[in-house]
Amino acid sequence: MAYSCTIRGFTYRFDSLRELLAKASPLRSGDALAGLVADSYEERVAAQIALADVPLTAFLNEAVIPYETDEVTRLIVDTHDTTAFTIISHLTVGDLRDWLLSDEADTVTLQQLAPGLTPEMVAAVSKLMRNQDLILVAKKCEVVTRFRNTQGLRGHMAVRLQPNHPTDDAKGIAASIIDGLLYGSGDAMIGINPATDSPAATSRLLFMLEELRERFAIPTQSCVLSHVTTTLQLIEQQVPVDLVFQSIAGTEKANASFGINLALLQEAYEAGLSLQRGTLGSNLMYFETGQGSALSSNAHHGVDQQTCEVRAYAVARAYQPFLVNSVVGFIGPEYLFDGKQIIRAGLEDHFCAKVMGLPMGMDICYTNHAQADQDDMDTLLTLLGVAGVNFIMGIPGADDIMLNYQSTSFHDALYVRRVLGLRPAPEFEDWLLRQGIMDQQGNRLSGQAQKQLYAALVG
Amino acid sequence: MSEIRKAGVESDEWESLKAYTKARIALGRTGVSVPLRESLQFKLAHAHAKDAVYSALDVTDLQNQLALCGLPVYCVRSRAIHRDMYLQRPDLGRLLDERSAEQLQQLDSPAADISIIVADGLSASAIRQNAAQVVSGLVDKAKQAGFSLAPIVLVEQGRVAIMDAIGSLLNARLAIILIGERPGLSSFDSMGAYITYAPRPGLTDESRNCISNIREQGLAPVLAVDKIMDLIWSAFRLQLTGVQLKADSNAGILPA
Repeated sequence: MAYSCTIRGFTYRFDSLRELLAKASPLRSGDALAGLVADSYEERVAAQIALADVPLTAFLNEAVIPYETDEVTRLIVDTHDTTAFTIISHLTVGDLRDWLLSDEADTVTLQQLAPGLTPEMVAAVSKLMRNQDLILVAKKCEVVTRFRNTQGLRGHMAVRLQPNHPTDDAKGIAASIIDGLLYGSGDAMIGINPATDSPAATSRLLFMLEELRERFAIPTQSCVLSHVTTTLQLIEQQVPVDLVFQSIAGTEKANASFGINLALLQEAYEAGLSLQRGTLGSNLMYFETGQGSALSSNAHHGVDQQTCEVRAYAVARAYQPFLVNSVVGFIGPEYLFDGKQIIRAGLEDHFCAKVMGLPMGMDICYTNHAQADQDDMDTLLTLLGVAGVNFIMGIPGADDIMLNYQSTSFHDALYVRRVLGLRPAPEFEDWLLRQGIMDQQGNRLSGQAQKQLYAALVG
Repeated sequence: MSEIRKAGVESDEWESLKAYTKARIALGRTGVSVPLRESLQFKLAHAHAKDAVYSALDVTDLQNQLALCGLPVYCVRSRAIHRDMYLQRPDLGRLLDERSAEQLQQLDSPAADISIIVADGLSASAIRQNAAQVVSGLVDKAKQAGFSLAPIVLVEQGRVAIMDAIGSLLNARLAIILIGERPGLSSFDSMGAYITYAPRPGLTDESRNCISNIREQGLAPVLAVDKIMDLIWSAFRLQLTGVQLKADSNAGILPA
């Protein structure tokens, strides 16, 4: 179907929803690389004006990637909750933007609506929003999940302790874990990116994490981010797997380039459940996403990178994940060029995932060939803290020595908890108090207690 | 009001753990924040990495150094004209500009076993520090082993896949590109080596082998030469590179 908008006597035409969504996107380098961007500033706004008039029902009739050729489209269409959709079925995309911002769209209503929203509807509405709109609506969403502690409660923000080491050296990893725990990080999980995908190395790390967690009765969960096929193999061999990790994308072909499909994810999800290791709840999948992955695997089907990204959230949603993480600035400047594009993308990803009902966190990060620095990370960190992000990364000094990029540090997490009055996950906070790592105010560190715990950890 | 004392920067009790990792642990704190000394160290490392990304290859200097190997050295460019274009358009960095392609075509190179290519990639600093040593080591070992060598090609604003066009225009059975890697904070000067058997335009990463982190503090250039030669032997023996060729698969195999 064609869409159009006339400005000062010139009519812009957009041949499909796919083209309209792409041209309505705020400018980013990845869409330029794919040749999908609006030709002028005026055309971009014309696309946004035309998009605002599109009825939401149009998204149920026009798939951006055909149903027949893509299993992600089939998942989106087949699992769409038409009952939940009823309350907004008469709206246009523009109406939806205004309604989301209205006081009628409160936390409970948004939670009920989530399964009625398709990723394309959510991507579309985000393109009509300014940064403050993305923050305000995301703030109203509350997505709570449980495994060995509780994530996503309002007023709390968790941290994934990421103690990576370039050779997976156990002592090097342990040193970073101790540093993180003593700075109050690690409630989202202790999650290691392994240097190799070898099952033996992954297993060794999982046993090490298990021992540490049990020895100090830390109410958290661990994850070694190996490929899901490796994790499946380890589960069969009775290795203690808490969270099951996989990178996912928004098209079948991009997922294939990651070596996965929906059936494999389902198998891994069920295998994880069979272990029954969660004590408070059974959310156990951990997904990572990021704008640009579909384009970089040449699997975007002419769909803009942000819409592809939101389609990945539909994949995530099918497996009741414990946490979802957009690794926003990792992929490089050919997809998100500078701090401005990274910040915008981060807010979009968080908003879109939350509105779809996902426990969204973020790896607020950049590479050294992007036009960004730690000031940009501070800005995005603060904005996401205000927006109610479920968790962020905690990396020693914000410098990942294995993946060679910069993210947020243990100190950064303490900063944002302090300025916004956010607390760790409640069960983990109790542990921090019992250990004397933090006091009742929630963020002051106690040197004496840390010293004692350190002695216990290395003793 | 009493006089303000200098803020008590608290050091961490677990500084001894720094012996186990290069990670920035036990940084200490003032309040919940990183002490200034550590903050500036971080900024300095980032400055080195950024300078590496925007460092320009001193083509003439490197050309002179490489010429000592006794092979002709040609300088070419990709279609990415400047750095920002290079960063945003990886597709252009993979293509030779027209004049460069013509230049190589006109050489009408006789068939050769190995084509050695050097490209700035994401860190010209990495190339400045490591390339000459690795190239001269490779040329020596390849000559000793009886391989024929194509002229050496230096590429400005090049991505890995540009090796396919160059190797193919030079009529080479195998191409190797030494290229500046994406710089990390603790390693802004790492060079990578990619090897492709039967280079031709249109190949993708799954048809290459890679050796990374070549630098004095990582994989030392001397050792890198041996690793690359091992891969070259394997590639010629199996007549392929890429996912089906594992490093070390050829350990101990002698020249045919």
